[in-house]
Amino acid sequence: MAWFKRKEKGINTPTENKKDTPKGLWYKSPTGKVIDTEELEQNFYVSPEDGYHVRIGSHEYFEILFDDNKFKELDPNLTSKDPLKFEDKKKYSDRLKDAQDKTGLKDAVRTAVGKSGGEDIVIACMDFRFIGGSMGSVVGEKIARAADYSLKNKIPFMIISKSGGARMMEAALSLMQLAKTSAKLAQLADANIPYISLCTDPTTGGTTASFAMLGDINISEPGALIGFAGPRVVRDTTGKELPDGFQTAEFVQEHGFLDFISPRQELKRKINLYLDLILNRPVRNVS
Amino acid sequence: MEYLDFELPIKELEEQLEKCALIGTESDVDVTQTCKQIEKKLAATKKDIYKNLTAWQRVQLSRHPNRPYTLDYINAICGDTFLELHGDRNVKDDKAMIGGLGKIDDQSFMFIGQQKGYNTKTRQYRNFGMANPEGYRKALRLMKSAEKFGVPVVTIIDTPGAYPGLEAEERGQGEAIARNILEMTRLKVPIIVVIIGEGASGGALGIGVGDKVLMLENTWYSVISPESCSSILWRSWEFKEQAADALKLTANDMKKQKLIDEIVKEPLGGAHANREETFLTVKKSIQKAYQEFKNLSPKDLVEKRMDKYSQMGVFKG
Repeated sequence: MAWFKRKEKGINTPTENKKDTPKGLWYKSPTGKVIDTEELEQNFYVSPEDGYHVRIGSHEYFEILFDDNKFKELDPNLTSKDPLKFEDKKKYSDRLKDAQDKTGLKDAVRTAVGKSGGEDIVIACMDFRFIGGSMGSVVGEKIARAADYSLKNKIPFMIISKSGGARMMEAALSLMQLAKTSAKLAQLADANIPYISLCTDPTTGGTTASFAMLGDINISEPGALIGFAGPRVVRDTTGKELPDGFQTAEFVQEHGFLDFISPRQELKRKINLYLDLILNRPVRNVS
Repeated sequence: MEYLDFELPIKELEEQLEKCALIGTESDVDVTQTCKQIEKKLAATKKDIYKNLTAWQRVQLSRHPNRPYTLDYINAICGDTFLELHGDRNVKDDKAMIGGLGKIDDQSFMFIGQQKGYNTKTRQYRNFGMANPEGYRKALRLMKSAEKFGVPVVTIIDTPGAYPGLEAEERGQGEAIARNILEMTRLKVPIIVVIIGEGASGGALGIGVGDKVLMLENTWYSVISPESCSSILWRSWEFKEQAADALKLTANDMKKQKLIDEIVKEPLGGAHANREETFLTVKKSIQKAYQEFKNLSPKDLVEKRMDKYSQMGVFKG
């Protein structure tokens, strides 16, 4: 039965890569449903069997939200410099290179401007596949510049968070990105430009402690994990068993920190409806 | 006095000195010369140890049980003018985050900071300096109140982190910190931040955005504690020394990276070795910083602050 033998030894996929955009013919959702990947793609990467929202990245979100998948990417060539020459078991510079090679991305966020439902919107979308969607100098700078673009051109702003938090390998520099991005959001707020925060699975740590929770509306997708401290840390610190559904989008909405949860199929219509309502302009028919 | 592991040579010499002096008083032996020699050796040893502290040793000093805490500084600086103010007007009064008004000479300041306890009972009462969301909301309430009356704000940071508890998550720990950070970037009065001990991540930055950020010499400030960093990246608690080095978390490193504005000198041996001297230095540093910003218009002040934070980050392209 040579079919079942592993050809390569020591295959060790990091957790963050385990449930990603399906590449094969079939996708198995966590409840065990098997779905044809083409069908999954047509259904906005939501399992038609059980409504499970598969983790997707900027590529897919841009396709879902921008009309005809047309957009102009902002600052596509910003990359990290490894300012601290950080090294743990592995050099940070090597981690960066590996992540870039593996994902084809430059860092953990992509920013773009384009039309959604016929109106301009600036979207910054994080990619969890790139070092856990962690926020370092590049993520902070790209988000700040995208917010600047919104500010200058008076275009609504949206951030799609999908991140484990700050990037440890840039230490305090990454911590200061919380302040840097929040300062920009304060400027947007002072200029009365709407800012929508979409928290997707997962949104934790420094991301939650900055832009993810600062939207004029904070919204999410069903079942997404949203929290400040990760569930394991909370359990270890308090020694308490965590209640069912702890830190899910539904839990966070119930405690008053999300405006609504939208299935991905409804996302484009709902954010554009919100913008038409808050800006008091005629409601467009966006499907 | 408690000694850290790397201070043991000092402990030994101090004990020798004590014994030597005792012999001198109890017998007719002339010990002046011997005592002098030990004193000389002690001074040299101290200098040698404290001039060459590693990052991890500074982390240890920042947590020294004899180190002064937030209220010690405020009480020493303001004397009986300090008036503590409580509560977030929403859930409760967070004992890990204290605040209130006080004078430095003729100028009123709003003081806000994390508070640690000095024995088991008070440590629990203060939740080890780990604030809950209501602590951050209390801090924001006091900052907004100061802004309303044009009173400058001084925040004092000493925390191992924001509390990672179940109720903290329910009440929106992330949102509370995020809101503070955003509001602090645009607060219309001067904000002076002093890091007196531990500056751990979002829990510190939640009251840490300011026009002038000062770090005492033996403190640390980073995105994560060296222990947690070791456990996540090395998958073991054993690499805290390496993690402390890698994180570049000392005052010197932070100044070099331009993430803080100034380092405040501590007495030889650390802030606790001469508390009065430390309080005086910190008081003078706050006054000096305030002079720099007191005449700026609110607009210029906020612009300057936002510009400062916009500059932080290193990238290519």
